[in-house]
Parts: sequence; C-alpha cells; structure tokens
Amino acid sequence: MDGFAVEVEGLVKKFGDLVAVDGVSFAVDRGEIFGFLGPNGAGKTTTINMLCTLLAPTAGKARVDGYDVQSQKNEVRRSIGLVFQDPSLDDRLTANENLDFHAVIYAVPPSEREKRKRELLEMVDLLDRAEDLVITFSGGMKRRLEIARGLLHYPKVLFLDEPTIGLDPQTRQYIWEYIEDLKKREDTTIFLTTHYMEEAEHCDRIAIIDHGKIIAMDTSENLKNMVGGDIIRMKTDDDARAEEELRSRYDVNILEDRDCLCFEVDRGDEFIPQLIRDLGVRIQSISLHRPTLDDVFLKLTGREIREEGADELEIMRRTVRVRPPFAR
Amino acid sequence: MDTIGEGRGAVELRRPSALQWSMRGLYIIWLREFKRFWRDKPRRIGGFAQPILYLALLGVGMQSAFKVFGGGDVPYIKFMFPGIVGLTVLFTAVFSAISIIWDREFGFLKEVLVSPVPRSSVALGKIIGGSTTALIQGAIFLALAFTPWVYGFSLSTLWKVLAVLPLIVLMALSLTSLGVAVAARMTSMEGFPIVMNFLLMPLFFLSGAFFPLQGLPGWMDFLTKIDPLTYGVDALRGIMLRGLDLGTSATSSLSQFMAWFKDPQIYQIGMSKGYPDPAALASLSQRAALPGQAHPLWLDVLVMLGFGAFLFALALWQFNRAE
Repeated sequence: MDGFAVEVEGLVKKFGDLVAVDGVSFAVDRGEIFGFLGPNGAGKTTTINMLCTLLAPTAGKARVDGYDVQSQKNEVRRSIGLVFQDPSLDDRLTANENLDFHAVIYAVPPSEREKRKRELLEMVDLLDRAEDLVITFSGGMKRRLEIARGLLHYPKVLFLDEPTIGLDPQTRQYIWEYIEDLKKREDTTIFLTTHYMEEAEHCDRIAIIDHGKIIAMDTSENLKNMVGGDIIRMKTDDDARAEEELRSRYDVNILEDRDCLCFEVDRGDEFIPQLIRDLGVRIQSISLHRPTLDDVFLKLTGREIREEGADELEIMRRTVRVRPPFAR
Repeated sequence: MDTIGEGRGAVELRRPSALQWSMRGLYIIWLREFKRFWRDKPRRIGGFAQPILYLALLGVGMQSAFKVFGGGDVPYIKFMFPGIVGLTVLFTAVFSAISIIWDREFGFLKEVLVSPVPRSSVALGKIIGGSTTALIQGAIFLALAFTPWVYGFSLSTLWKVLAVLPLIVLMALSLTSLGVAVAARMTSMEGFPIVMNFLLMPLFFLSGAFFPLQGLPGWMDFLTKIDPLTYGVDALRGIMLRGLDLGTSATSSLSQFMAWFKDPQIYQIGMSKGYPDPAALASLSQRAALPGQAHPLWLDVLVMLGFGAFLFALALWQFNRAE
C-alpha cells in the first residue's frame, strides 16, 4: 500500500458556464485527516462528488486509493465511504435495516456485522432506537445514523461532507473521538469538507478553497502563522506611557485602536506573563486573540467565511421543495 | 504515516466476486422495495380497492348495456375481469418505479449509486421488487375470480388462476421495466404520473380490456394491434374464459394470424377470397359478440416476451446512463 490515498491533478468541473471547480490539485497521505475549508458554493461538494464517482470531471485527473475515478469506478467505490451533506437514509426502514442494507451492499462479512452495528449505534447513541423507523428520528439523529452507516464497512478513504452540521457539541465530540480512533486502528484516510473552523482544527492539513480554487494548503498552525502573530489588547492606567514603554523595550508594532492598546506579538501566551512582570504601568485588563482560520480566510479573500451564499444544489432543492411532495 | 492498522487483514480475507456483488445488491434492493410496499398500508388497500371499483361500477353498468345491445353468451363481467387483472398489474407495476424518483429526491439513490453494487443489479432489483408488488396486487385481485359473480368457486377456476399467474409475472416484469426506463432519468416527482398516464391510457384503452376489439375503424384497429398490452389481455382472457388450450391452435395458427392481420373482419366471418379456412369456420361458432381470444396463445406469449425483453434492455440502458 503505497502512494497517496487521494491524488488530484488539475481537476475541473463546469456546469454550463459555471465553473464549480477550477483546476484543483492536491494529494492526501494515507492515514491523514485532510480538510476542505471554504464557504458554501466554493466547490467542496462538487469535488467530493467527483472523487466518489458520482460526477464525471470536465477535465483533470483524480485517483482514490490508487484507482482512477473515471476508468476504475468500481474499485474506487469499494475503497470509499461517504457521509453526504444531505440525508440519504431510507426513512421507511428502521435504523437497523438501514445499516443492514449498507452492510450487504458493501459486503461486510456477516460474522462482523452485528458487532460493528452495535459498536457504531452505541457511538452515536442510538442503540435504544435501533428498531424504530427512521422517519420518527429528529434531524440530528438521522445525521448520527448516517455517520454510523458511513463507517460500517471500514472504508480506506472516508469522505465526510459537512459531517457534523446541525449536531450538538457532545455528539460532535463523540464522533470525532471515534473518527480519530478509527484512523489509528484501521489507518483510514479521512477527507472532509466543512465551513466550521472548529472542525477544521481536527485536520492534519487544510486546504482553503474559494470560488473553485485552492488558495492555501497547509497545517492549521502554519496557516495561522501566515496571518501573523497573536494580537494582545490591553488597558492600563496610563496608555501613553505603556505605549512608550512597549515601543522602546519590546519593539512591538502598535496597531490603531481608539480605546485600548492593541499590538501584535509572535507568541502571546508567553509574552503576557513577561509583560505583567515587567511593565511599569498598572494593567487594568488584558486579552489575547490568537488568529483563527477565519482570520486566515479573511486575510486571503477579504471576506468572512460565513458569508453564506447558497450553492446551486441548494437553490435547486429549495425550488423543488416549494411544492408539496407528491402523495400517493 | 501512522500504520498501526491491525484489524484490516482479518476482515477482508475474501473479496466477493462480481457476480456475488450483483446478487447481493439485487437481493437487498428487492427486499427493501418489498418492505416499503408491505409497510404502506394505504397503498395495499388502495391498490386492491381500485380494481374492485372498476369491476363493481363499470362492470355492472356495462353488463346492463351489453344486455340491451346483445352481448352473446359471455356475461360482460366475465369478459372484463381479465382486463381488470391486466389493469391492476399495469398500474401497480409501472407506478412502483416512482420509488426511483422518490429515492433521488430524498437522497437514498446516492447511497446505492456510490456503492460497489453494479448499476444493472440496482435496476434489476428495482424491476423485480416492483414486479413482486404488482404480482401480489394482481394475485389478490385474482382471488375474486372465485366469487359467484365472476367465475364461481370451482376446480376449473383454480386451474385457470394458476395458469394465468406466469403470464402476470411476465406482464409485471415488462411493465415495471417500462416504468424504470422512464423514471431512471426523471427528476420530477410530479412529472412522472403525468407522463405515465399519457402513455398508459392509450395503451390500456386500446388493449381490449373494456371492450371487444371488433368492428373498429381501420386506424384504431391498427393501433390495437401494435399495442403490446392487447396480447397480454388477450392471453389472460383466453385462459380465463376457455381454460388453457395449447393444442388446437398451435398448427395452423401462423397462417390464421397472417390472414387475421390483413383483414380481421373477413377472417372472422371465415370468408376470405380463396381461403375457406376450416379452423376459422370452427372457431366462428365459438365466437360470440364478446369473443374469448383473438390470437393464439403462443403468439400472445411471444409478443409479450419480445416486448418485455425490449423494455427490460431499455430500462437497464437508461438506468446505466443516469448520473
């Protein structure tokens, strides 16, 4: 097993005039947790759909688990697991039956089946609802079941499209623990898309994507360093004197801010104790702001990541749902 | 790269073959279709109630009308019953395919399409699943044949019903294929019934389920002959009215059919020029105003098989093309 888990070169997808993915290239190591971070409509889901053989790329090459996504579809499909952004459960079946269905179409050995189902239902806290129809589940419960299902066949590469959207923090925590455990135990590669900063922090590496292009790709630590150092905001009895002292002693760059002293240092957590010890002026309050991935995105694009524009699919779905579903 | 993986090897010792993937997929998709049908009580009851309505309201009404105009020795209900069996199978089979559009709308189709199960076995599972529900509906309705108003409770009715079942299976498979072929690439839940009704209404009315296909204007006569459902209804009716007879029609039937196809009127009277067909003359006596069977059974079955194979191939092809 060598080579990359996912290898993408110059991937392009056009829908008519709209370029959803615009020449994306990257490689994901085996056993890595790799995140696609970007606002809605940036091309995250389209990329995933191409990687898991649901969409044919307009141009470019992609290999998953060493197999070409266009010429070796079946091999790719056997290697991957998927948790979709929108629900894909059969709500007229029970939770258990949904898992059984999945286990059969992914050829999970029957001897393993019960054990894994139990383990996963326990993880997502649905063991007591296993025999209930999915239609009776809340949105969060469906999501949890879906994640359990995606993990059932121990895929080599697991694609998670906005996996924990709409879940409570506790469940998120559980799910992340399990994913990290699975990664260790089974050496699973995880490819996820998200527009949650907190979620991206779990990733070994992050690609920031905007308008179909990757604009930065690195570890979360390195990305944040790109923005610059930590920002300290401070109020003192005599700001003017404090400013003078900061300039002369630490050679810091004071940023413009009307009501407090604001400046940038490399390592704020180490700088603050030193400052408190040495500064000749009494400090009234002090706060430390470490750059987040939000700041990285802001710096790279000039926009906040949470400026949400609905993507094409979402718009389509909304138009469809306006009419009541056909009832027979 | 961190490689502690220890569980991997033990789990995947045996990779299933391509055939095993297909069979597995087919089975579980069929099972799901069946479970969904079985849990949907209104669908079961509705599917059963509708043909009864036809039989009770239209059947009784038309029977009185045929009495007035002279319906011969076959009561209208007996004439119509096989047609309604056909109708039940037709509608249940074709509309079962709406589950594909449903699955697409609610996302479940994606779960199936990204799985390693081949597309063709997904389509096949859907076809067999839909056919199963159609067969069940048809069989339940067929049980009404035993009531005194239809054919009565007798051993001969039982044989007829048993003989008809394989035909129903064949009809169900081809008609579900038709539904799947249309639904495979359709995204609109509202569009499907409209398109299907547009397609099914003529198919159904021209099949001779409600009225005998005699003395029709030329254009309509032609349409009834190219309607594949005509042959299905004809076979069902032949068996239900006369029982299974394979022997008598087998020999001269091809020439009979050719003559009939050219000019059914003359053939029925048995007076075609230079063609004093003894078989036609013999069958003339059996033919009342409401005829039993227009074509030989083998021909009916052959047409149904051909039609079924075509639709089946079409359904697989369409489903494979869907993204």
